Amino acid sequence: MALASTLAFFVVAYLVVTSAPGWPRVQATFFSLDVARRSFPQILTGLWLNLQVLVVGGLLVLALGLLLAVLRTLRGPAFAPLRLLVTVYVDLFRGVPLIIVLYLVGFGFPALGLQGAPTSPFVLGTTAIVLTYSAYVAEVFRAGIESVHPSQRAAARSLGLTHRQSMRIVVLPQALRTVTPALLNDFVALQKDVGLISVLSVVDAVRAAQIVVGQTFNFTPYVVAGLLFVLLAVPSARIADAVSARARRRQQSGSLL
Amino acid sequence: MNDTPPGAGPVLDVRGVVKAFGSNVVLRGVDLSVEEHRVVALIGGSGSGKSTMLRCASLLETVDDGQVLLDGEDVTDPRVDADRVRRRMGVVFQAYNLFPHLSVLENVTLAPTVVHGRSAAEAREEAHALLARIGLAEKATEYPDRLSGGQQQRVAIARALAVRPRLLLLDEITSALDPELVGEVLRVVREVAAGGMTIVMATHEMGFAKQVADTVCFLDGGVVLEHGPPAQVLGDPVQPRTRQFLARVIDAGRL
Repeated sequence: MALASTLAFFVVAYLVVTSAPGWPRVQATFFSLDVARRSFPQILTGLWLNLQVLVVGGLLVLALGLLLAVLRTLRGPAFAPLRLLVTVYVDLFRGVPLIIVLYLVGFGFPALGLQGAPTSPFVLGTTAIVLTYSAYVAEVFRAGIESVHPSQRAAARSLGLTHRQSMRIVVLPQALRTVTPALLNDFVALQKDVGLISVLSVVDAVRAAQIVVGQTFNFTPYVVAGLLFVLLAVPSARIADAVSARARRRQQSGSLL
Repeated sequence: MNDTPPGAGPVLDVRGVVKAFGSNVVLRGVDLSVEEHRVVALIGGSGSGKSTMLRCASLLETVDDGQVLLDGEDVTDPRVDADRVRRRMGVVFQAYNLFPHLSVLENVTLAPTVVHGRSAAEAREEAHALLARIGLAEKATEYPDRLSGGQQQRVAIARALAVRPRLLLLDEITSALDPELVGEVLRVVREVAAGGMTIVMATHEMGFAKQVADTVCFLDGGVVLEHGPPAQVLGDPVQPRTRQFLARVIDAGRL
């Protein structure tokens, strides 16, 4: 039944779109099989670069985000300046659009002409993405850390564990379990945002598509690149769903304190 | 590391401890001295400061005034490393506070290995022996959320004992339990007390305090209003406030 209604919906949608007066033109400029075939290899090569940015950036985002969250949850007046610094950082990079961070880091930083500073758009682009995303992920981690009940910390400290040991052995493992669905969701968002590094003239999937568009005056390569990004995102989206469902079941089945 | 007591003084000596949370003064100068192998029960209404007093003694709270001495050492001195002091005490909480992501065995072996540097094998062996003593040998690999409240609280006691503490602090450990589960936890405490452990316990179980405690302290308004042998404090209290409190307890059918 669900399958039948889904099929029927798509058949109707297909008929409506293809009977529109402008359809032949749209089909030729956006869905040209010939252009798709010709642009595919370049776009795929470009996507490999996006994947590298995704993996390297993703790992750095996790590390930096966790560090920022731990710093922000430090107690005591001695850490007040550090907490303030992290708060400013998070506010700043959550507020500025990623594309502006990319411009500032990608073009502004090399213009300083510092000795030995990186000039590779790959490195600079990844840096910009890490700056922005670590601000988001830091907040996710912080929410997780604060969701662990204070009595857990009290129990850990009463056993003689230091603040660091309590954090590492008792608080963070529980926090991580809570925030995994949210982290996976951010990962799915990151997967498409790595396409934005194309503004730094690195030949990633988006830039490769753009080049072919410029040569052929046909927009099909964008559609190809878009589909490839979707294919990339689908598995992580399903994993995120499965993990959330598991977390929900666990919460319903027993009290986690 | 088993610190042997220096001299023959009290294990725990609380002197004039004052503690306030904001404008709410909870402790107004509490004195309490606990000799080795003794069991002291703290009784009193809710808000009388029993829990706060235990949290100050276990250095989970800092005191505003007064001193806490552990084996004669002033542990409220800000130069003292609080983490090192906490190692010498075991604390059991009202809500068990077991670590839900660790198995029963891991809960018990955590502090001995991480804090006291014992080998994993030694800690495991000792933990198994402790779990057998509290009747939960077969639950070692289970996770806390698979256990009943009474079982969880027994594991929490084992976890506190695993560090071979000089002093065991029990903070209303049966208050969150269903009535039929209270007995199994109190049985464990009675056994631990009989083994010579020095214990301070905040409790609402007057009958239990009567049987097990050497001294009963009645806290009221942030001070120890009356203390003495259980028969005297619970049976023939001097202070009118103590009498009122006990009358309410008897009304509720708890004595």
